[in-house]
Amino acid sequence: MSNFQIKKKPTVYDAIIVGSGAGGGMAGYVLSQAGLKVLMLEAGPFYDPKLHSHQMLPPWVSLRRGAGTTRAFGEFDAAMGGWQIDGEPYSAKDGTEFHWFRSHMLGGRTNHWGRISLRFGPLDFKGKSHDGVGDDWPINYDDVKPYYDKIDVMLGIYGSKEGLPNDPDGIFMKPPKPRLHELFIKKAGQKIGVPVIPGRGSVLTEELKDNKDRQKCWYCGQCGRACRIYGDFSSSSCLVIPAQTKYSLELECNAMVREVLTDKEGQATGVAYVSKDDGQEYQVMGKTVILAASACSSARIMLNSKSTRHPNGIGNGSGAVGKYLHDSTGVAMGGIMPSLMERKRYNEDGVGSVHILSPWWLDAKKAKLDFPRGYHIEYWGGMGMPSYGFGFGMQGINGKYPTKDGQTKEAGGYGASLKQDYRRFYGSNVGMAGRGTGLALESNYCEIDPNKVDKWGIPVLRFHYKWTDAEINQAKHMQETFQEMMKAMGADITWGIQGKENNYGLEAPGRIIHEVGTVRMGDDPKKAPLNKWCQSHEVKNLFVTDGGPIVQQGDKNCTWTILALAMRTGEYIVEQKKQSNI
Amino acid sequence: MKRRDSLKFIGVGSITAGLLWESCKVDQTPTPASPVQTTADDIITAGREAHEIERDKKLLGETFFTPEEMATIAVLADIIIPKDEVSGSATEAGVPDFIEFIVKDLPEHQTPLRGGLRWLDMECYGRFEKAFVDCTPEQRLQVVDDIAYPNKAKPGMEAGVTFFNRMRDLTATGFYTTEIGFSDIGYKGNTPNTYTGVPDDVLEAFGVKDMNWG
Repeated sequence: MSNFQIKKKPTVYDAIIVGSGAGGGMAGYVLSQAGLKVLMLEAGPFYDPKLHSHQMLPPWVSLRRGAGTTRAFGEFDAAMGGWQIDGEPYSAKDGTEFHWFRSHMLGGRTNHWGRISLRFGPLDFKGKSHDGVGDDWPINYDDVKPYYDKIDVMLGIYGSKEGLPNDPDGIFMKPPKPRLHELFIKKAGQKIGVPVIPGRGSVLTEELKDNKDRQKCWYCGQCGRACRIYGDFSSSSCLVIPAQTKYSLELECNAMVREVLTDKEGQATGVAYVSKDDGQEYQVMGKTVILAASACSSARIMLNSKSTRHPNGIGNGSGAVGKYLHDSTGVAMGGIMPSLMERKRYNEDGVGSVHILSPWWLDAKKAKLDFPRGYHIEYWGGMGMPSYGFGFGMQGINGKYPTKDGQTKEAGGYGASLKQDYRRFYGSNVGMAGRGTGLALESNYCEIDPNKVDKWGIPVLRFHYKWTDAEINQAKHMQETFQEMMKAMGADITWGIQGKENNYGLEAPGRIIHEVGTVRMGDDPKKAPLNKWCQSHEVKNLFVTDGGPIVQQGDKNCTWTILALAMRTGEYIVEQKKQSNI
Repeated sequence: MKRRDSLKFIGVGSITAGLLWESCKVDQTPTPASPVQTTADDIITAGREAHEIERDKKLLGETFFTPEEMATIAVLADIIIPKDEVSGSATEAGVPDFIEFIVKDLPEHQTPLRGGLRWLDMECYGRFEKAFVDCTPEQRLQVVDDIAYPNKAKPGMEAGVTFFNRMRDLTATGFYTTEIGFSDIGYKGNTPNTYTGVPDDVLEAFGVKDMNWG
């Protein structure tokens, strides 16, 4: 006889939160702070930057010198998981492409991001009213502004007051000072009319008021490895662990959620999950269920939560769950600035987020562009820490640039002369990447693959995603801008020039890891699964607080907006509970 | 206590069934100091998944290059990065061991390097009736000079050029990702500090003082 059984936990929680990233972390913090009994389920292991970060490890302690063999962004990157996870497949149909980066661990994908923290602006919430494209959000900037303000103060963000119409200022700490190559980028921007402003990132350049757990940034430039002194924002260090320590948030790790459970009326009663620790099946009950598993994972859970009341998946009477999936666009280019060769050495690691930024500077209508909306530009360069790949391809450049005494070398080579070349070129690299608006379209979606399950028997996702002319023409504009910028800086482009045949270098959908929109909010229950509070129209005690509710992203990275919306929804839930509405 | 013991990852897969309902505990163990040096059998365990650690162990248990191949790699590496007035040589920085590991880690290097090493021996044998390592330093350089400069290499040398490009890449990466390499290149970071911007003399020298802020 089989001993297969489903174990039921006796406690009934006020709220169960699925996922511990930005959205889950913030919801968990707000609810547990309000005194609710909260259980957070995380599909991966516990992770505390203080204990587990690879920060400050030099490359020689790594057998592969930091190569990205098992982690796409290098061995020292904090994010576990990646584009492919053993036993957790996904696919794309109709010859389309979508890349899905997953990081099952405490903090989720806040373990992998540039800490670039940009508010969506008024036009981003009401884009359709401005240019007729896509859909407006059911809320506007002023609805979200108080929450942006609160998270700025609570979590810490640096930046500068610029008074730009669609890149609203926040409550900023002082921005880090620019590096040398960044001054040249600013100068080049002035020449060709591209604004370059101090960056905006969630890194503590000053003491965080009333917070003794987090220290000021120590400028190692390694936010991506997770910060041992909690000097930047990660959901683990800034939300979940404090909620465990200060309040009574309960955290269950390695808990892979299958579905949301419902009663006869179709209301949520809890969730079913499989434990990766013991392989056993569990059910846990909660009065409210909050999905924050990531845009696509939350859509997957909803679509897999089928019942008589919810034949298309829980809260999916609209049929929109999984649809309107959209990632940011991305194009990148790099080169060498000969004027920066053989310069003085000093520590310019700086912060691990951006020191400078170009916010979108045009109006598509006025500038007569052949695409709506726009993009921002991020930049890099400088005397960074060598890791695997350092020095590759020297034969492609050392014959092109004469030495200071005017000698032009034969390309390639070896010996003492070659060693001089590595020193000569060090610190002369520069590069830039555009991150722009991808449109939320019904025709880009994820759905349940009827033929496939993961290793726990949970049906998996299948994607369908095609860029349109809007994104491709935007990529072309990025190409032109970047080439102009490089030229104005006096830099030679060494990679990144792409033409029509390669969509002008436009990255495949998913590659920018900004995918959102799969459980959108909207006033009409026939068109959108969630109302303006990120609450299911049909299942009043079901909420989504990750990137899913985003109706249409702006030319901004999405984390700060996920946090603001999650805080707003968290406070709404507390209020509704007080009034016994849920 | 050894560094890796003190850094042992307590999170991954360590929540036992008995603890299942007790939640993942917040551990307040103080952070250990940054490690200084690793040995070949030292595998980072903190913050890594079990499959990553297993993979490292498995690769360390395997040997790819023969002793003869390793000897050739060592000689080539020191031709590419010799000791000079600034810093030590590739072998002093442990480059051959790095190359042995990285070809196991990234198998796309295996055939090009193994084949390239044999190509080199055959070329030397054809010229001097000796394998590369048995040649005199002058004879070795005679062959290296024919494959180290892609733009002026003679027809017939292409395979050697391709091999040497890869050897140059791996030797440089292996060298500059060590303490010797950091000091050679002048990398000053990876240490707690307060970034105060571009030094004044550099701002002056580059004429960008007016661009500065903060």
